[in-house]
Amino acid sequence: MTDGPAPVLAAELVRWSWIGDHLDDIRGDLVQHVELTGLALLFGLLLAFPLALAAVQWPRAYGPILGFTGILFTIPSLALFILLIPFTGLQIQTALIGLTIYTLLILVRNTVEGLRGVDPDVREAAQAMGYTRGRQLFQVELPLALPVIIAGVRIATVTTIGLVTVTALIGWGGLGRLFIEGFTLNFTTPIVVGIVLSALLAFAADLLLVGLQHRLTPWARSGGG
Amino acid sequence: MISFESVTKRFPNGTTAVDEVDLEVPEGDLTVLVGPSGCGKTTTLRMINRMIDATSGRIVVDGRDISQVDPPQLRRRIGYVIQQVGLFPHRTIGENIATVPELVGWDSQRIRGRVGELLELVGLPAEVRDRYPNQLSGGQRQRVGVARALAVDPPIMLMDEPFGAVDPIVRSRLQDEFLRLQQEVRKTIVFVTHDIDEAIKMGDRIAIFRQGGHLEQYAPPDELLAEPASDFVADFLGAERGLKRLALIPVSAVKAEPGPVVSPGDDGGQALAAAEAYGSDWVVVVDDDRRLLGWAHAREAAERGRVGDAEIRPFQLQVEADNSLRAALNAMVQSRTGVAVRVSGGDRYEGIVTLELLSKEIS
Repeated sequence: MTDGPAPVLAAELVRWSWIGDHLDDIRGDLVQHVELTGLALLFGLLLAFPLALAAVQWPRAYGPILGFTGILFTIPSLALFILLIPFTGLQIQTALIGLTIYTLLILVRNTVEGLRGVDPDVREAAQAMGYTRGRQLFQVELPLALPVIIAGVRIATVTTIGLVTVTALIGWGGLGRLFIEGFTLNFTTPIVVGIVLSALLAFAADLLLVGLQHRLTPWARSGGG
Repeated sequence: MISFESVTKRFPNGTTAVDEVDLEVPEGDLTVLVGPSGCGKTTTLRMINRMIDATSGRIVVDGRDISQVDPPQLRRRIGYVIQQVGLFPHRTIGENIATVPELVGWDSQRIRGRVGELLELVGLPAEVRDRYPNQLSGGQRQRVGVARALAVDPPIMLMDEPFGAVDPIVRSRLQDEFLRLQQEVRKTIVFVTHDIDEAIKMGDRIAIFRQGGHLEQYAPPDELLAEPASDFVADFLGAERGLKRLALIPVSAVKAEPGPVVSPGDDGGQALAAAEAYGSDWVVVVDDDRRLLGWAHAREAAERGRVGDAEIRPFQLQVEADNSLRAALNAMVQSRTGVAVRVSGGDRYEGIVTLELLSKEIS
């Protein structure tokens, strides 16, 4: 079995010993992947929230805001990262700016739709009870918009986890670095590891967010009536 | 007291929703604003808590021009109940009721106590406190809406078709309950409906609006039905104005006639004589304590010898002093005798109410 032609490709797809030898590297990549995703989502939310509030407050601004974030969303990611390099070099900012920009469309849209979806009767009742505008937003409207906002965060998270790998081309990339490594060495094991781990990461993150929503919206699951 | 001083509301699109309305809502009264859709009744209501601001004129609540009061502050002193209730779906029933107390900064212990009190007041079991609105029936939600509006015991309540979204049986029960509650709490209430029957049932005073926001007539229901100020009002009150008035007048307002009364021991001749004297062919049968037993055909009693030997038939419907004349009319048309029998305490005979007595009362 040892001499003769190379065995079927499947046998070479994953070399387990390589994984054992590179556990620390892989762990580092995974941590970086989580960091990049988390930070991009955080900045995305921080930017999307005021934009969404503006769109709710001034409905005429909604079209332009959505159009602008939509255009950003359509820029090919590779091109965007390359365009940013002259300004921010190969620092983490380059990766984060790009990743953040891609979360905006979904986060803004879902936040606006979530807030707009609040039952007008509930809004009227809140106003008539004597809520001030800000308190009404934070204590009534946002909690009720939460399911739609979290749905947006879930999509944005899964998308970002995929997109992070592209930043490997500008020196970051989290698990994406394993793709470059596999490609350069013409060796499939790192690529398979990268694919499997990023898929698992996306799955775990989504599960976590579903759990979070479940906890934050006990009222949404008490059916009946 | 709430007073409107030539209040007008024009919307930016040029329509006039409320046109030069003058209106005084007395303290402790339930005033109903009624009219067809587009008559400005809801706009009028919503101007009181500044959900809508008047274009011109003045609205004074408890001596203060409301345009000088910060809207959230004003609203916390005015209860508000709407048809769709608008409970906060993400808060429990207890938290919903606690909304305004929390806004005005009551401590949690006081809030807890008040929520329990209010649940009892509106007739809801204590265990609904920790449920969410979607776990309650429409009627229960409406009660929570009323409890929430009453939470800080505001002197004024605004109600916009509060019982419009529930089925007729529940609506009627909620109306009755609310009237009982109002006896207890004596709030100054402005109540909007498009249903004239609801207006007549609920209102101490009724303001009838016509399209374009004109106030047509403002009067107590009885006066409105007796003397509608215009053809529009007469039309809106409907063809059965007389019947509606009867519903407002208690049986005690007319003096019941003694009627042809006999007891089971009387002989047939006496029954015949009593019936003839009264101009009927039947007699009312009561026992020695004047408890109502029913009625009998006078001729049958005469043929059998004694009243007690004839078949004594029950009156299907009886009325008491606090029933309406409309109920008395209903009892008349459902009885072979053509009269309504009035009793007190369930079976003590008081006399009979006739159609002539009714028409004399309302003409």
